[in-house]
Amino acid sequence: MSTDHTADVPVLEVEGLTVEYVGAHRSVVAVKDVSFRIGAGEVFGLAGESGCGKSTVANALMRLLRDPAVITAGTIRYRGRDVLAMRPEELRAFRWKEVAMVFQSAMSSLNPVMTVGDQMADIFTTHEGLRRGEARRRAAELLELVKIDPSRLRAYPHQLSGGMRQRVVIAMAVALRPGLLIMDEPTTALDVVVQQEIMAQIGELQRELGFSILFITHDMSLMIEISHRMAVMYGGRLVETAPSRELFAHPEHPYTHALINAFPPLTGPRRELTALAEELRLGPIPDLEDRGSGHWVAPTVLATTPGGGA
Amino acid sequence: MRFILRRLGFYLLAFWVSITLNFLLPRVMPGDPVSRMFARSQGQMTPEQVDQLRKLFGLDHRPLWQQYTSYVHDMLTGHMGISISRFPSPVSEVIASQIGWTLLLGGTALVIAVVVGNLLGILAAWRRGGVLDSVLPPLLVFIGSFPYFWLAMGALYLFGVVLGWFPTGHAFSVGLTPAWTSEFVSDVATHLVLPAATIVLVSIGGWMLGMRNTMIATTSEDYIVMAEAKGLRPHRIMFRYAARNAMLPAVTSLGMSLGFIVGGAMLTEVVFAYPGVGYQLLAAVQGLDYPLMQGIFLTITAAVLLTNFLVDIVYVRLDPRVRVA
Amino acid sequence: MSATDPAVEVRESAVVAPGAATTPGTPAQPPPRVRTRGLFRSLGRNRKAVVGLAILVVFVALAVLAPVVAPGKPSLITDVASLPPSSSHLLGTTAKGQDVLALTLWGARSSLLVGFLVGVAASFLGVLVGLASAYFGRAVDDLLSLLTNVFLLIPGLPLLVILAAFLPPGTATIVVVLVITGWAGSARVLRSQALSIRGKDFVAASVVTGERSGFIMFREILPNMASIVMTTFLGCVIFGIGSQAGLEFLGLGDVSTVSWGTNLYWASNDGALLTGDWWAFVPSGLCIALVAFALALLNYAVDEITNPRLRSPRGRRDRAAAARGRTTDESPTTPTVVAVEGAR
Repeated sequence: MSTDHTADVPVLEVEGLTVEYVGAHRSVVAVKDVSFRIGAGEVFGLAGESGCGKSTVANALMRLLRDPAVITAGTIRYRGRDVLAMRPEELRAFRWKEVAMVFQSAMSSLNPVMTVGDQMADIFTTHEGLRRGEARRRAAELLELVKIDPSRLRAYPHQLSGGMRQRVVIAMAVALRPGLLIMDEPTTALDVVVQQEIMAQIGELQRELGFSILFITHDMSLMIEISHRMAVMYGGRLVETAPSRELFAHPEHPYTHALINAFPPLTGPRRELTALAEELRLGPIPDLEDRGSGHWVAPTVLATTPGGGA
Repeated sequence: MRFILRRLGFYLLAFWVSITLNFLLPRVMPGDPVSRMFARSQGQMTPEQVDQLRKLFGLDHRPLWQQYTSYVHDMLTGHMGISISRFPSPVSEVIASQIGWTLLLGGTALVIAVVVGNLLGILAAWRRGGVLDSVLPPLLVFIGSFPYFWLAMGALYLFGVVLGWFPTGHAFSVGLTPAWTSEFVSDVATHLVLPAATIVLVSIGGWMLGMRNTMIATTSEDYIVMAEAKGLRPHRIMFRYAARNAMLPAVTSLGMSLGFIVGGAMLTEVVFAYPGVGYQLLAAVQGLDYPLMQGIFLTITAAVLLTNFLVDIVYVRLDPRVRVA
Repeated sequence: MSATDPAVEVRESAVVAPGAATTPGTPAQPPPRVRTRGLFRSLGRNRKAVVGLAILVVFVALAVLAPVVAPGKPSLITDVASLPPSSSHLLGTTAKGQDVLALTLWGARSSLLVGFLVGVAASFLGVLVGLASAYFGRAVDDLLSLLTNVFLLIPGLPLLVILAAFLPPGTATIVVVLVITGWAGSARVLRSQALSIRGKDFVAASVVTGERSGFIMFREILPNMASIVMTTFLGCVIFGIGSQAGLEFLGLGDVSTVSWGTNLYWASNDGALLTGDWWAFVPSGLCIALVAFALALLNYAVDEITNPRLRSPRGRRDRAAAARGRTTDESPTTPTVVAVEGAR
């Protein structure tokens, strides 16, 4: 780990985070003992297949988990402040001001019966105590920042295209210049061309405003393009954490290897793709052991199927 | 706009169905209740009045289509025949003199039940597990299980007869003449309390539970999580984001439940001898007053359809998604 | 939903699908009949369902045993009028000297029978219309939906009144009239449910393999709607019992039969309210309410079993509280009742 981004004072430190879904008869551990740090201005990637707990981690960071999901262990520190110890009012002020989030689907994360302008102005009236008119003026500026005509403030979400909606959401996320932006699969629902536009936009904003990013995706090639360091998640655990290029060049964990091979690289020569299950089958992982220097773990049971059949 | 026009067309169709139903009932039903009515009351009617009623009920010998066109015309122009039980007033006059009381009673009860019920539902959903959420719903379901009129009887007996807190019937005290004086208005209000309260009590549970459940469904929407992530204040999330959206199904069911409210109001009127159309309907049933029964049916239907149309217009204001469609 | 990725690690035994916790032992995609049985088994474990069923059983037993408990004609007029409850007349007597207990017991027969018949017939009609609407779609759907909506919109009570007024008085008329006015609500609910099942792949597969429409509708779609058919049936029974009472109270039934509705009609006509004979009208009304409440309880139980989100998480809250070291601002779900389509 020799990236210059991991500065002395990290923006975010997550230590031993464990999230359980507490049921009446049994509990399910969705995230187990996850630790990572994000430095100032760093883009940290979190990769893994659907259902591995990525989004749960994202929601846990802002304490957005709903019952029955409960954080049962671990600490989350933002610039040294203990997020889990915050009182409700403190937490409310912390959200969006310090850590903002771009949700997976812009369509469903925008309120369908409120205008885009109202939903943007909300941020300023709440956090900066601005009057409506002033808040709307700031909202217009924000729209311009993501290259949308300010007249669209009066539009309802369903009147915008998918790419525009996502840009609106991104504009909202950077409204208060947060120190950390969580992006939970921000481009999954979009087509490839729009996806590229959005990614370029994010890159530009980040250069301009200098926030750190926690970037969550299952798309490994996209991840490697944009993140400095990344972690691979499987079954609620981080199986490998490393600088992206290093991890891409020498994946140490078989699952990382499989995940990389399942996506085409955005640059570089063409090659055959393999489906996750074709290359290896991961058995149940009843016991995980830390090995090596603590940034990767390997399942003790790893069944490699020869044929790939069931 | 297209949405509004489509709804309007639908209501006109529904009204046409009701008129046709009214037309067909006396003509296709087995037995001849209408002749019984005539036999009972012919003595006091003029030949013209008899003739008009015969036409209304198909006891003339014109071809059916001709009867039908003249019937529809009569209904649309408000010629609903002569009331038997309130002879010799025309049906339209009888209804006109009483519909106001029904609107007052039903309207008051509806507004209170909807506003209070929905507010309780919002609060219950927001404070899931609170006292409001665990005690009130089962209680209201139980109260909602009683027939309107029985609860009305109980209220009348307890608060009217035994305790004597409220008048036991009618819309205002005997001896008062209707006028916009404070004395008359407050007299009307005291007469309104018991009947309105029973309707509110029976119907409020449905509103509360309906709102509570849509609120619960709404609070798991992504845009609520987003609003929470934005650090908005809880009451703003509750009213501006969650309740605003959860209100939409409530508005839709408002239209649908109007019929039930009207039915409840009519039965309650009967118990309290409240001089609205419901009470008149009972008199019509007892007096074999078929023209009045049918007239009340048509008037109530028209009122319900009209209110539904107004609700649709409100809905369009509330949900921008329909506006463009 | 981004907030709840399905969990991966499970503490006990094998991997369990998120929804499967409702009916343990039921496979994720069970054949329809197994699911129906699972519903009944779950009902047996649900407190609301057990209470509701118990109340119903008591009332059915009383109705069946009426001739034994209160032999003789219940409407017999005697000279011991307006007696308050005493040891000889447990619930007192009416203004005509009839025994209120006998009237109430015998009244249960007519009320429960009418309610049940209306429930069966109205939900059957609702199933037919809803299924046909959803299965055939297009013009059939347009027409049937239009019809359903018109019937839903026309106010029930005035329609009931004119229908009942023109038909010869009697119990059969009441049942017919209530079915005519009561089917539309269930048709609407069933149609939307059938529509979502109609869109499933297994139905498409059957259509492609050339199964007959009737077979697909009743053997493939219908069994998958068991719980919703059940709720609409219960709703129709509640509607039937309540509306019958309302009609009879207005004097539109056959006032010579004994039912809870006619009991109330006579109580009101004899001025029981003003003379203070509360025992003349309390028992019948209470019975209607108890039966309706019991049916509503069953209804909520079915809803809770099929929709776990509305369920009361007994014990879960304690475990959650114990599990988390600190408190978050999200409050846990709670035990409560759920609304159904407006019953009356």
